[in-house]
Amino acid sequence: MPASATTPIDSSQLLSPKWRADFPILSEEVGHGRPLVFLDNAASTQHPRQVIDAMRDVYERDYANVHRGIHTLSERSTELYEQAREKCRAFINARHFHEVIFTSGATASINTVARSWGDANVGPGDEILVTIMEHHSNLVPWQQLAARTGATLRHVRMTGDGRLNMQSYAELLSERTKLVAVVSISNTLGTINPMREIIQQAHAAGALVLVDAAQSVPHMTTDVQALDCDFLAFSGHKMLGPSGVGVLYGKEALLDAMPPFLGGGSMINEVQLDTFTPAELPAKFEAGTPPIVPVIGMSAAVDYLQNVGLEAIHRHEQQLTRYCFERLETTEGLCILGPAPEHRAGLISFAFDRIHSHEFAQVLNDQFGVAVRAGHHCTQPLHRVMGITASTRASFYLYNTLEEVDQFLEGVAAVTKMFAPRGRKRKRKKPDE
Amino acid sequence: MPSDEEELYQEHILDHYEDPFHRGHLAGATHAHADKNPLCGDVVRIELQLDDAGKIVDLYFDGQGCVISQASASMLLEEMYGKTVDDIKQFSAEDMLKLYGPRLTPNRQKCCLLSWKVIQGAIHSPVDSNDER
Repeated sequence: MPASATTPIDSSQLLSPKWRADFPILSEEVGHGRPLVFLDNAASTQHPRQVIDAMRDVYERDYANVHRGIHTLSERSTELYEQAREKCRAFINARHFHEVIFTSGATASINTVARSWGDANVGPGDEILVTIMEHHSNLVPWQQLAARTGATLRHVRMTGDGRLNMQSYAELLSERTKLVAVVSISNTLGTINPMREIIQQAHAAGALVLVDAAQSVPHMTTDVQALDCDFLAFSGHKMLGPSGVGVLYGKEALLDAMPPFLGGGSMINEVQLDTFTPAELPAKFEAGTPPIVPVIGMSAAVDYLQNVGLEAIHRHEQQLTRYCFERLETTEGLCILGPAPEHRAGLISFAFDRIHSHEFAQVLNDQFGVAVRAGHHCTQPLHRVMGITASTRASFYLYNTLEEVDQFLEGVAAVTKMFAPRGRKRKRKKPDE
Repeated sequence: MPSDEEELYQEHILDHYEDPFHRGHLAGATHAHADKNPLCGDVVRIELQLDDAGKIVDLYFDGQGCVISQASASMLLEEMYGKTVDDIKQFSAEDMLKLYGPRLTPNRQKCCLLSWKVIQGAIHSPVDSNDER
Protein backbone atom coordinates (compact mmCIF):
# COMPACT_ATOMS: atom_id res chain seq x y z
CA MET A 1 0.00 0.00 0.00
CA PRO A 2 1.40 3.45 -0.87
CA ALA A 3 2.29 5.53 2.16
CA SER A 4 0.27 8.45 0.81
CA ALA A 5 -2.96 6.48 1.36
CA THR A 6 -2.71 6.68 5.13
CA THR A 7 -3.10 9.64 7.44
CA PRO A 8 -0.29 10.04 9.97
CA ILE A 9 -1.26 9.31 13.54
CA ASP A 10 -1.57 12.33 15.80
CA SER A 11 -0.28 10.78 18.99
CA SER A 12 -1.35 13.84 21.00
CA GLN A 13 -4.92 12.69 20.30
CA LEU A 14 -4.33 9.25 21.80
CA LEU A 15 -5.16 8.51 25.42
CA SER A 16 -2.42 7.51 27.80
CA PRO A 17 -1.99 3.73 28.08
CA LYS A 18 -2.08 4.19 31.87
CA TRP A 19 -5.86 3.81 31.85
CA ARG A 20 -5.47 0.18 30.78
CA ALA A 21 -3.97 -0.64 34.15
CA ASP A 22 -7.37 0.05 35.74
CA PHE A 23 -8.94 -2.90 33.88
CA PRO A 24 -7.95 -6.21 35.49
CA ILE A 25 -9.51 -8.31 32.72
CA LEU A 26 -7.25 -6.78 30.06
CA SER A 27 -4.33 -8.80 31.41
CA GLU A 28 -6.21 -12.05 30.80
CA GLU A 29 -4.84 -14.53 28.31
CA VAL A 30 -7.07 -16.37 25.87
CA GLY A 31 -6.57 -19.36 23.61
CA HIS A 32 -3.06 -20.68 24.10
CA GLY A 33 -1.63 -17.98 26.32
CA ARG A 34 -2.22 -15.07 23.97
CA PRO A 35 -2.80 -11.66 25.56
CA LEU A 36 -6.43 -10.62 25.17
CA VAL A 37 -7.19 -7.92 22.59
CA PHE A 38 -10.76 -6.94 23.34
CA LEU A 39 -12.47 -5.41 20.30
CA ASP A 40 -16.09 -6.30 21.06
CA ASN A 41 -16.92 -3.09 22.92
CA ALA A 42 -20.05 -2.27 20.94
CA ALA A 43 -21.57 -5.44 22.41
CA SER A 44 -20.44 -4.80 25.98
CA THR A 45 -17.45 -3.13 27.60
CA GLN A 46 -15.04 -4.14 30.37
CA HIS A 47 -14.94 -2.78 33.92
CA PRO A 48 -12.30 -0.65 35.60
CA ARG A 49 -11.30 -1.51 39.15
CA GLN A 50 -13.13 1.64 40.31
CA VAL A 51 -16.49 0.23 39.14
CA ILE A 52 -15.82 -3.23 40.54
CA ASP A 53 -14.72 -1.73 43.85
CA ALA A 54 -17.73 0.58 44.08
CA MET A 55 -20.05 -2.39 43.70
CA ARG A 56 -18.11 -4.57 46.10
CA ASP A 57 -18.09 -1.74 48.67
CA VAL A 58 -21.88 -1.52 48.57
CA TYR A 59 -22.21 -5.25 49.07
CA GLU A 60 -19.68 -5.25 51.90
CA ARG A 61 -20.80 -2.10 53.73
CA ASP A 62 -24.03 -0.45 52.61
CA TYR A 63 -26.44 -2.87 50.98
CA ALA A 64 -30.18 -2.91 51.75
CA ASN A 65 -33.33 -2.19 49.76
CA VAL A 66 -33.88 1.42 48.76
CA HIS A 67 -36.75 3.80 49.65
CA ARG A 68 -38.16 1.34 52.15
CA GLY A 69 -36.44 1.01 55.50
CA ILE A 70 -35.56 3.64 58.01
CA HIS A 71 -32.63 1.61 59.19
CA THR A 72 -29.07 2.72 58.55
CA LEU A 73 -28.26 0.46 55.62
CA SER A 74 -31.44 1.30 53.75
CA GLU A 75 -30.66 4.98 54.20
CA ARG A 76 -27.10 4.51 52.96
CA SER A 77 -28.21 2.51 49.93
CA THR A 78 -30.94 5.01 49.13
CA GLU A 79 -28.50 7.87 49.31
CA LEU A 80 -26.02 6.15 46.97
CA TYR A 81 -28.83 5.20 44.60
CA GLU A 82 -30.16 8.76 44.38
CA GLN A 83 -26.64 10.20 44.12
CA ALA A 84 -26.26 7.93 41.09
CA ARG A 85 -29.35 9.52 39.57
CA GLU A 86 -27.88 12.97 40.03
CA LYS A 87 -24.62 11.85 38.43
CA CYS A 88 -26.48 10.44 35.45
CA ARG A 89 -28.52 13.65 35.17
CA ALA A 90 -25.37 15.74 35.04
CA PHE A 91 -23.73 13.24 32.64
CA ILE A 92 -26.39 13.83 29.97
CA ASN A 93 -27.21 17.38 31.14
CA ALA A 94 -30.88 16.71 31.85
CA ARG A 95 -32.72 19.69 33.30
CA HIS A 96 -34.30 17.75 36.15
CA PHE A 97 -33.16 14.96 38.44
CA HIS A 98 -36.50 13.14 38.03
CA GLU A 99 -36.18 13.02 34.25
CA VAL A 100 -33.68 10.17 34.74
CA ILE A 101 -35.49 6.83 35.07
CA PHE A 102 -33.44 3.75 35.91
CA THR A 103 -34.37 0.71 33.83
CA SER A 104 -32.75 -2.65 33.13
CA GLY A 105 -31.13 -1.26 29.97
CA ALA A 106 -31.72 0.61 26.74
CA THR A 107 -34.10 -2.12 25.52
CA ALA A 108 -36.30 -1.71 28.60
CA SER A 109 -36.13 2.07 28.23
CA ILE A 110 -37.41 1.92 24.65
CA ASN A 111 -40.09 -0.62 25.50
CA THR A 112 -41.28 1.62 28.35
CA VAL A 113 -41.87 4.47 25.91
CA ALA A 114 -43.53 2.18 23.36
CA ARG A 115 -45.89 0.71 25.94
CA SER A 116 -46.63 3.77 28.03
CA TRP A 117 -46.42 6.76 25.72
CA GLY A 118 -47.15 4.70 22.60
CA ASP A 119 -50.31 2.98 23.77
CA ALA A 120 -51.68 6.28 25.11
CA ASN A 121 -50.84 8.45 22.11
CA VAL A 122 -50.65 6.37 18.94
CA GLY A 123 -53.62 5.14 16.93
CA PRO A 124 -54.77 4.01 13.49
CA GLY A 125 -53.50 6.29 10.72
CA ASP A 126 -50.55 7.49 12.80
CA GLU A 127 -47.02 6.84 11.64
CA ILE A 128 -43.83 5.97 13.47
CA LEU A 129 -40.59 6.68 11.67
CA VAL A 130 -37.55 4.48 12.18
CA THR A 131 -34.48 3.97 10.02
CA ILE A 132 -33.11 1.01 8.09
CA MET A 133 -30.10 0.95 10.42
CA GLU A 134 -31.95 0.44 13.73
CA HIS A 135 -30.87 -2.22 16.19
CA HIS A 136 -33.67 -4.76 16.76
CA SER A 137 -34.27 -3.11 20.15
CA ASN A 138 -35.37 0.11 18.45
CA LEU A 139 -37.36 -1.67 15.77
CA VAL A 140 -39.30 -4.57 17.28
CA PRO A 141 -41.00 -2.50 20.05
CA TRP A 142 -42.35 -0.16 17.33
CA GLN A 143 -43.48 -3.10 15.20
CA GLN A 144 -45.33 -4.35 18.27
CA LEU A 145 -46.82 -0.90 18.93
CA ALA A 146 -47.97 -0.65 15.32
CA ALA A 147 -49.60 -4.07 15.57
CA ARG A 148 -51.40 -3.10 18.80
CA THR A 149 -52.61 0.30 17.66
CA GLY A 150 -53.06 0.07 13.88
CA ALA A 151 -50.33 2.63 13.30
CA THR A 152 -47.89 2.34 10.39
CA LEU A 153 -44.14 1.93 10.61
CA ARG A 154 -42.07 3.80 8.03
CA HIS A 155 -38.36 3.41 7.35
CA VAL A 156 -35.91 6.14 6.46
CA ARG A 157 -33.59 4.92 3.71
CA MET A 158 -29.81 5.13 3.60
CA THR A 159 -27.33 6.59 1.17
CA GLY A 160 -25.01 4.23 -0.70
CA ASP A 161 -22.26 4.77 1.87
CA GLY A 162 -24.44 3.93 4.88
CA ARG A 163 -25.55 7.34 6.10
CA LEU A 164 -29.15 8.39 6.60
CA ASN A 165 -30.77 9.69 3.44
CA MET A 166 -32.01 13.03 4.74
CA GLN A 167 -34.13 13.54 1.65
CA SER A 168 -35.94 10.27 2.34
CA TYR A 169 -36.37 11.46 5.93
CA ALA A 170 -37.83 14.82 4.86
CA GLU A 171 -40.21 13.08 2.46
CA LEU A 172 -41.46 10.64 5.10
CA LEU A 173 -42.05 13.26 7.81
CA SER A 174 -45.65 14.45 7.80
CA GLU A 175 -48.47 15.51 10.07
CA ARG A 176 -49.21 11.78 10.49
CA THR A 177 -45.75 11.20 12.07
CA LYS A 178 -46.16 10.83 15.83
CA LEU A 179 -42.68 9.68 16.70
CA VAL A 180 -39.24 9.42 15.13
CA ALA A 181 -37.23 6.62 16.80
CA VAL A 182 -33.64 6.79 15.65
CA VAL A 183 -30.22 5.50 16.58
CA SER A 184 -27.56 8.15 17.24
CA ILE A 185 -24.67 5.86 16.20
CA SER A 186 -25.27 2.68 14.21
CA ASN A 187 -23.89 -0.34 16.06
CA THR A 188 -23.14 -2.01 12.70
CA LEU A 189 -22.10 0.80 10.35
CA GLY A 190 -20.62 3.13 12.93
CA THR A 191 -22.44 6.01 11.26
CA ILE A 192 -22.84 9.10 13.43
CA ASN A 193 -26.29 10.41 12.59
CA PRO A 194 -27.01 14.16 12.48
CA MET A 195 -29.24 14.18 15.55
CA ARG A 196 -29.69 17.96 15.88
CA GLU A 197 -30.99 18.19 12.33
CA ILE A 198 -33.18 15.09 12.69
CA ILE A 199 -34.74 16.39 15.90
CA GLN A 200 -35.33 19.92 14.59
CA GLN A 201 -37.07 18.61 11.49
CA ALA A 202 -39.21 16.19 13.50
CA HIS A 203 -40.30 18.93 15.89
CA ALA A 204 -41.11 21.21 12.97
CA ALA A 205 -43.43 18.44 11.71
CA GLY A 206 -45.00 18.06 15.15
CA ALA A 207 -43.41 14.69 15.94
CA LEU A 208 -41.52 13.60 19.05
CA VAL A 209 -38.08 12.00 18.89
CA LEU A 210 -36.67 9.05 20.80
CA VAL A 211 -32.90 8.60 20.54
CA ASP A 212 -31.36 5.15 20.92
CA ALA A 213 -28.10 6.44 22.35
CA ALA A 214 -26.64 3.10 23.47
CA GLN A 215 -23.59 3.55 21.20
CA SER A 216 -23.10 7.30 21.64
CA VAL A 217 -23.48 8.05 25.37
CA PRO A 218 -20.41 5.90 26.24
CA HIS A 219 -18.19 7.49 23.60
CA MET A 220 -18.98 11.19 23.27
CA THR A 221 -20.52 14.06 25.19
CA THR A 222 -24.30 13.93 25.41
CA ASP A 223 -26.41 17.00 26.14
CA VAL A 224 -30.13 16.24 26.03
CA GLN A 225 -31.06 19.92 26.42
CA ALA A 226 -28.90 20.99 23.49
CA LEU A 227 -30.22 18.06 21.45
CA ASP A 228 -33.78 18.83 22.55
CA CYS A 229 -34.68 15.13 22.19
CA ASP A 230 -37.90 14.00 23.85
CA PHE A 231 -36.65 10.59 24.99
CA LEU A 232 -33.19 9.08 25.12
CA ALA A 233 -32.15 5.54 26.05
CA PHE A 234 -28.80 4.03 27.02
CA SER A 235 -27.28 1.06 28.85
CA GLY A 236 -24.72 0.82 31.65
CA HIS A 237 -22.90 -2.20 30.26
CA LYS A 238 -21.72 -0.41 27.14
CA MET A 239 -20.04 2.35 29.21
CA LEU A 240 -17.82 0.42 31.65
CA GLY A 241 -20.75 -0.32 33.96
CA PRO A 242 -22.51 -3.57 34.82
CA SER A 243 -25.21 -5.25 32.75
CA GLY A 244 -28.83 -5.14 33.93
CA VAL A 245 -29.06 -1.38 34.24
CA GLY A 246 -29.76 1.54 31.95
CA VAL A 247 -31.47 4.89 31.73
CA LEU A 248 -34.57 6.30 30.15
CA TYR A 249 -34.40 10.05 29.88
CA GLY A 250 -37.68 11.83 29.09
CA LYS A 251 -38.79 15.43 29.18
CA GLU A 252 -40.62 16.12 32.43
CA ALA A 253 -43.93 17.12 30.85
CA LEU A 254 -44.03 13.96 28.72
CA LEU A 255 -43.11 11.60 31.55
CA ASP A 256 -45.63 13.32 33.82
CA ALA A 257 -48.44 12.79 31.34
CA MET A 258 -47.55 9.16 30.62
CA PRO A 259 -49.32 6.34 32.45
CA PRO A 260 -47.11 3.98 34.46
CA PHE A 261 -45.92 0.93 32.55
CA LEU A 262 -44.96 -1.80 35.05
CA GLY A 263 -47.12 -1.95 38.16
CA GLY A 264 -45.89 -2.96 41.59
CA GLY A 265 -44.07 -1.65 44.63
CA SER A 266 -42.42 1.80 44.60
CA MET A 267 -44.45 3.12 41.66
CA ILE A 268 -47.53 3.84 43.77
CA ASN A 269 -48.75 6.65 45.93
CA GLU A 270 -51.68 4.86 47.53
CA VAL A 271 -53.18 1.44 46.89
CA GLN A 272 -56.77 0.37 47.61
CA LEU A 273 -58.07 -3.14 47.00
CA ASP A 274 -59.36 -2.19 43.56
CA THR A 275 -57.41 0.92 42.62
CA PHE A 276 -54.12 2.74 42.98
CA THR A 277 -52.73 6.19 42.44
CA PRO A 278 -49.27 6.37 40.86
CA ALA A 279 -46.21 7.86 42.52
CA GLU A 280 -44.53 11.02 41.29
CA LEU A 281 -41.54 10.87 38.93
CA PRO A 282 -39.14 9.12 38.86
CA ALA A 283 -40.64 6.39 41.07
CA LYS A 284 -43.69 6.13 38.78
CA PHE A 285 -41.55 4.23 36.27
CA GLU A 286 -39.43 2.24 38.71
CA ALA A 287 -41.73 -0.56 39.88
CA GLY A 288 -40.23 -3.22 42.10
CA THR A 289 -36.81 -3.34 43.69
CA PRO A 290 -34.49 -1.68 41.20
CA PRO A 291 -31.02 -2.94 40.20
CA ILE A 292 -29.56 -1.12 43.19
CA VAL A 293 -25.93 -2.16 43.02
CA PRO A 294 -25.71 -2.00 39.20
CA VAL A 295 -27.09 1.57 39.37
CA ILE A 296 -24.33 2.49 41.82
CA GLY A 297 -21.80 0.68 39.62
CA MET A 298 -23.00 2.63 36.59
CA SER A 299 -22.55 5.90 38.45
CA ALA A 300 -18.97 4.89 39.27
CA ALA A 301 -18.54 4.32 35.52
CA VAL A 302 -19.87 7.84 34.89
CA ASP A 303 -17.25 9.21 37.31
CA TYR A 304 -14.56 7.24 35.54
CA LEU A 305 -15.59 8.38 32.05
CA GLN A 306 -15.77 12.02 33.16
CA ASN A 307 -12.33 11.68 34.71
CA VAL A 308 -10.87 10.43 31.41
CA GLY A 309 -13.00 12.94 29.48
CA LEU A 310 -15.63 12.12 26.85
CA GLU A 311 -14.06 14.41 24.25
CA ALA A 312 -10.68 12.77 24.78
CA ILE A 313 -12.25 9.31 24.45
CA HIS A 314 -13.91 10.30 21.20
CA ARG A 315 -10.65 11.71 19.76
CA HIS A 316 -8.76 8.56 20.76
CA GLU A 317 -11.30 6.33 19.07
CA GLN A 318 -11.26 8.50 15.94
CA GLN A 319 -7.51 7.95 15.65
CA LEU A 320 -7.79 4.19 16.06
CA THR A 321 -10.71 4.00 13.65
CA ARG A 322 -9.04 5.99 10.88
CA TYR A 323 -5.83 3.99 11.32
CA CYS A 324 -7.73 0.71 11.09
CA PHE A 325 -10.04 1.83 8.28
CA GLU A 326 -7.24 3.00 5.98
CA ARG A 327 -5.34 -0.26 6.37
CA LEU A 328 -8.35 -2.53 6.10
CA GLU A 329 -9.95 -0.97 3.05
CA THR A 330 -7.07 -1.95 0.77
CA THR A 331 -7.57 -5.66 1.53
CA GLU A 332 -8.73 -7.34 -1.66
CA GLY A 333 -12.21 -8.89 -1.41
CA LEU A 334 -12.99 -7.04 1.80
CA CYS A 335 -15.87 -4.59 1.97
CA ILE A 336 -16.13 -2.16 4.88
CA LEU A 337 -19.75 -1.46 5.79
CA GLY A 338 -20.71 2.15 6.36
CA PRO A 339 -19.22 5.56 5.72
CA ALA A 340 -15.75 7.09 5.58
CA PRO A 341 -13.90 7.66 8.89
CA GLU A 342 -15.03 11.28 9.23
CA HIS A 343 -18.67 10.16 9.49
CA ARG A 344 -18.15 7.22 11.80
CA ALA A 345 -17.62 6.42 15.46
CA GLY A 346 -15.16 3.88 16.86
CA LEU A 347 -16.22 0.72 15.12
CA ILE A 348 -15.67 -1.02 11.79
CA SER A 349 -17.72 -3.91 10.37
CA PHE A 350 -16.76 -5.66 7.18
CA ALA A 351 -17.90 -8.45 4.89
CA PHE A 352 -15.61 -10.60 2.80
CA ASP A 353 -16.73 -12.01 -0.52
CA ARG A 354 -15.88 -15.65 0.15
CA ILE A 355 -15.05 -15.96 3.83
CA HIS A 356 -17.78 -16.06 6.47
CA SER A 357 -17.51 -13.83 9.55
CA HIS A 358 -17.34 -16.95 11.72
CA GLU A 359 -13.98 -17.83 10.26
CA PHE A 360 -12.62 -14.36 11.01
CA ALA A 361 -13.91 -14.39 14.59
CA GLN A 362 -12.71 -17.94 15.25
CA VAL A 363 -9.18 -17.55 13.92
CA LEU A 364 -8.76 -14.03 15.33
CA ASN A 365 -9.59 -15.46 18.74
CA ASP A 366 -7.71 -18.74 18.52
CA GLN A 367 -4.53 -17.54 16.82
CA PHE A 368 -4.36 -13.84 17.72
CA GLY A 369 -6.28 -13.48 21.00
CA VAL A 370 -8.52 -10.86 19.37
CA ALA A 371 -12.20 -10.78 20.41
CA VAL A 372 -14.48 -9.46 17.65
CA ARG A 373 -18.15 -9.91 16.89
CA ALA A 374 -19.36 -12.13 14.06
CA GLY A 375 -22.95 -12.30 12.89
CA HIS A 376 -25.75 -9.82 12.29
CA HIS A 377 -25.19 -7.68 15.41
CA CYS A 378 -28.98 -7.48 15.99
CA THR A 379 -29.47 -5.60 12.70
CA GLN A 380 -30.89 -8.27 10.40
CA PRO A 381 -32.89 -5.87 8.18
CA LEU A 382 -29.81 -3.69 7.67
CA HIS A 383 -27.70 -6.70 6.67
CA ARG A 384 -30.47 -7.82 4.30
CA VAL A 385 -30.58 -4.39 2.63
CA MET A 386 -26.83 -4.66 2.08
CA GLY A 387 -27.29 -8.15 0.60
CA ILE A 388 -25.36 -10.01 3.28
CA THR A 389 -26.33 -12.18 6.23
CA ALA A 390 -23.41 -11.52 8.54
CA SER A 391 -20.38 -9.34 9.08
CA THR A 392 -17.31 -9.12 11.30
CA ARG A 393 -17.10 -6.15 13.65
CA ALA A 394 -14.21 -4.61 15.57
CA SER A 395 -15.27 -1.93 18.04
CA PHE A 396 -12.88 0.22 20.06
CA TYR A 397 -12.87 1.89 23.46
CA LEU A 398 -10.63 4.05 25.56
CA TYR A 399 -8.35 1.16 26.59
CA ASN A 400 -7.55 -0.08 23.08
CA THR A 401 -4.19 0.74 21.51
CA LEU A 402 -2.68 1.05 18.03
CA GLU A 403 -0.69 -2.11 18.73
CA GLU A 404 -3.97 -3.94 19.29
CA VAL A 405 -5.33 -2.62 16.01
CA ASP A 406 -2.16 -3.94 14.34
CA GLN A 407 -2.75 -7.32 15.93
CA PHE A 408 -6.30 -7.31 14.53
CA LEU A 409 -5.10 -6.30 11.06
CA GLU A 410 -2.47 -9.02 11.09
CA GLY A 411 -5.15 -11.54 12.04
CA VAL A 412 -7.46 -10.42 9.23
CA ALA A 413 -4.63 -10.78 6.71
CA ALA A 414 -3.86 -14.27 8.03
CA VAL A 415 -7.50 -15.36 7.68
CA THR A 416 -7.75 -14.17 4.09
CA LYS A 417 -4.63 -16.19 3.30
CA MET A 418 -5.72 -19.26 5.22
CA PHE A 419 -9.07 -19.58 3.44
CA ALA A 420 -7.93 -18.55 -0.01
CA PRO A 421 -9.05 -21.07 -2.66
CA ARG A 422 -6.16 -23.31 -3.62
CA GLY A 423 -7.76 -25.95 -5.81
CA ARG A 424 -8.27 -28.44 -3.00
CA LYS A 425 -9.70 -31.86 -3.87
CA ARG A 426 -11.74 -33.95 -1.50
CA LYS A 427 -10.61 -37.58 -1.22
CA ARG A 428 -13.00 -39.69 -3.26
CA LYS A 429 -14.44 -42.73 -1.51
CA LYS A 430 -15.49 -44.13 -4.90
CA PRO A 431 -14.10 -43.07 -8.27
CA ASP A 432 -17.53 -42.22 -9.77
CA GLU A 433 -18.62 -39.57 -7.23
CA MET B 1 0.67 -30.46 19.44
CA PRO B 2 -1.72 -28.74 17.04
CA SER B 3 -3.67 -25.78 18.37
CA ASP B 4 -7.47 -25.86 18.65
CA GLU B 5 -7.71 -23.72 15.58
CA GLU B 6 -5.66 -26.09 13.44
CA GLU B 7 -7.86 -28.93 14.55
CA LEU B 8 -11.00 -26.96 13.77
CA TYR B 9 -10.04 -26.36 10.16
CA GLN B 10 -8.37 -29.67 9.35
CA GLU B 11 -7.23 -30.17 5.79
CA HIS B 12 -9.94 -32.71 4.90
CA ILE B 13 -12.59 -30.27 6.18
CA LEU B 14 -11.26 -27.46 4.00
CA ASP B 15 -11.20 -29.97 1.12
CA HIS B 16 -14.92 -30.58 1.61
CA TYR B 17 -15.52 -26.83 1.77
CA GLU B 18 -13.71 -26.11 -1.49
CA ASP B 19 -14.67 -29.29 -3.31
CA PRO B 20 -18.00 -30.38 -1.82
CA PHE B 21 -19.79 -33.68 -2.33
CA HIS B 22 -23.02 -33.27 -4.34
CA ARG B 23 -23.54 -29.56 -4.01
CA GLY B 24 -26.31 -28.43 -6.30
CA HIS B 25 -29.88 -29.18 -7.30
CA LEU B 26 -31.39 -32.68 -7.62
CA ALA B 27 -33.92 -32.71 -10.45
CA GLY B 28 -35.69 -35.92 -9.38
CA ALA B 29 -35.97 -35.06 -5.69
CA THR B 30 -38.84 -36.69 -3.80
CA HIS B 31 -38.07 -34.98 -0.50
CA ALA B 32 -36.54 -31.62 0.40
CA HIS B 33 -36.07 -29.33 3.37
CA ALA B 34 -34.22 -26.10 4.17
CA ASP B 35 -33.38 -24.32 7.39
CA LYS B 36 -31.10 -21.62 8.69
CA ASN B 37 -29.18 -20.73 11.77
CA PRO B 38 -30.70 -17.40 12.83
CA LEU B 39 -27.62 -16.45 14.83
CA CYS B 40 -25.36 -16.22 11.82
CA GLY B 41 -27.49 -16.70 8.73
CA ASP B 42 -26.04 -20.07 7.69
CA VAL B 43 -28.46 -21.69 5.24
CA VAL B 44 -28.63 -25.32 4.12
CA ARG B 45 -31.10 -27.00 1.78
CA ILE B 46 -31.05 -30.75 1.21
CA GLU B 47 -32.88 -32.62 -1.54
CA LEU B 48 -33.35 -36.39 -1.44
CA GLN B 49 -34.51 -38.91 -3.97
CA LEU B 50 -35.95 -41.88 -2.08
CA ASP B 51 -37.30 -45.10 -3.64
CA ASP B 52 -40.34 -46.98 -2.36
CA ALA B 53 -38.19 -49.18 -0.14
CA GLY B 54 -36.75 -46.12 1.63
CA LYS B 55 -33.37 -46.33 -0.03
CA ILE B 56 -31.55 -43.07 -0.82
CA VAL B 57 -31.16 -43.10 -4.61
CA ASP B 58 -29.43 -39.74 -4.63
CA LEU B 59 -29.06 -36.61 -2.53
CA TYR B 60 -27.81 -33.04 -3.00
CA PHE B 61 -27.33 -29.98 -0.85
CA ASP B 62 -27.00 -26.29 -1.38
CA GLY B 63 -26.44 -23.42 0.99
CA GLN B 64 -24.40 -20.53 2.22
CA GLY B 65 -22.45 -19.97 5.36
CA CYS B 66 -19.32 -20.68 7.30
CA VAL B 67 -16.83 -23.45 6.62
CA ILE B 68 -18.25 -25.62 9.38
CA SER B 69 -21.86 -25.40 8.18
CA GLN B 70 -21.02 -26.11 4.54
CA ALA B 71 -18.23 -28.66 4.96
CA SER B 72 -20.30 -30.62 7.47
CA ALA B 73 -23.21 -30.73 5.00
CA SER B 74 -20.87 -32.17 2.36
CA MET B 75 -19.51 -34.72 4.83
CA LEU B 76 -23.01 -35.73 5.92
CA LEU B 77 -24.24 -36.27 2.38
CA GLU B 78 -21.17 -38.27 1.48
CA GLU B 79 -21.77 -40.41 4.57
CA MET B 80 -25.44 -41.01 3.72
CA TYR B 81 -24.97 -41.67 0.00
CA GLY B 82 -26.34 -45.12 -0.85
CA LYS B 83 -27.88 -45.61 2.58
CA THR B 84 -31.53 -45.68 3.75
CA VAL B 85 -34.07 -43.49 5.52
CA ASP B 86 -33.61 -45.67 8.59
CA ASP B 87 -29.89 -44.95 8.54
CA ILE B 88 -30.67 -41.21 8.53
CA LYS B 89 -33.10 -41.63 11.42
CA GLN B 90 -30.54 -43.57 13.41
CA PHE B 91 -27.77 -41.06 12.73
CA SER B 92 -27.74 -38.98 15.92
CA ALA B 93 -26.50 -35.44 16.57
CA GLU B 94 -23.62 -37.00 18.42
CA ASP B 95 -22.77 -39.10 15.35
CA MET B 96 -22.78 -35.90 13.29
CA LEU B 97 -20.34 -34.14 15.63
CA LYS B 98 -18.15 -37.25 15.56
CA LEU B 99 -18.24 -37.34 11.76
CA TYR B 100 -17.10 -33.71 11.67
CA GLY B 101 -14.23 -34.47 14.01
CA PRO B 102 -12.73 -31.45 15.80
CA ARG B 103 -14.26 -30.55 19.12
CA LEU B 104 -16.60 -27.57 18.74
CA THR B 105 -17.82 -24.95 21.20
CA PRO B 106 -21.63 -24.89 21.69
CA ASN B 107 -22.10 -22.00 19.26
CA ARG B 108 -20.10 -23.70 16.52
CA GLN B 109 -21.92 -27.01 17.16
CA LYS B 110 -25.03 -25.24 15.89
CA CYS B 111 -23.22 -24.61 12.60
CA CYS B 112 -22.21 -28.26 12.36
CA LEU B 113 -25.67 -29.60 13.27
CA LEU B 114 -27.60 -27.43 10.79
CA SER B 115 -27.33 -29.94 7.92
CA TRP B 116 -28.11 -32.79 10.32
CA LYS B 117 -31.33 -31.00 11.37
CA VAL B 118 -32.20 -30.34 7.74
CA ILE B 119 -31.73 -33.95 6.60
CA GLN B 120 -33.84 -35.18 9.53
CA GLY B 121 -36.54 -32.73 8.41
CA ALA B 122 -36.17 -33.64 4.76
CA ILE B 123 -37.18 -37.28 5.21
CA HIS B 124 -40.55 -36.02 6.50
CA SER B 125 -40.97 -33.42 3.75
CA PRO B 126 -42.15 -34.85 0.42
CA VAL B 127 -41.64 -32.26 -2.31
CA ASP B 128 -45.24 -32.13 -3.55
CA SER B 129 -46.41 -30.94 -0.15
CA ASN B 130 -43.83 -28.27 0.43
CA ASP B 131 -43.28 -25.02 -1.34
CA GLU B 132 -40.03 -23.85 0.17
CA ARG B 133 -38.33 -23.34 -3.11
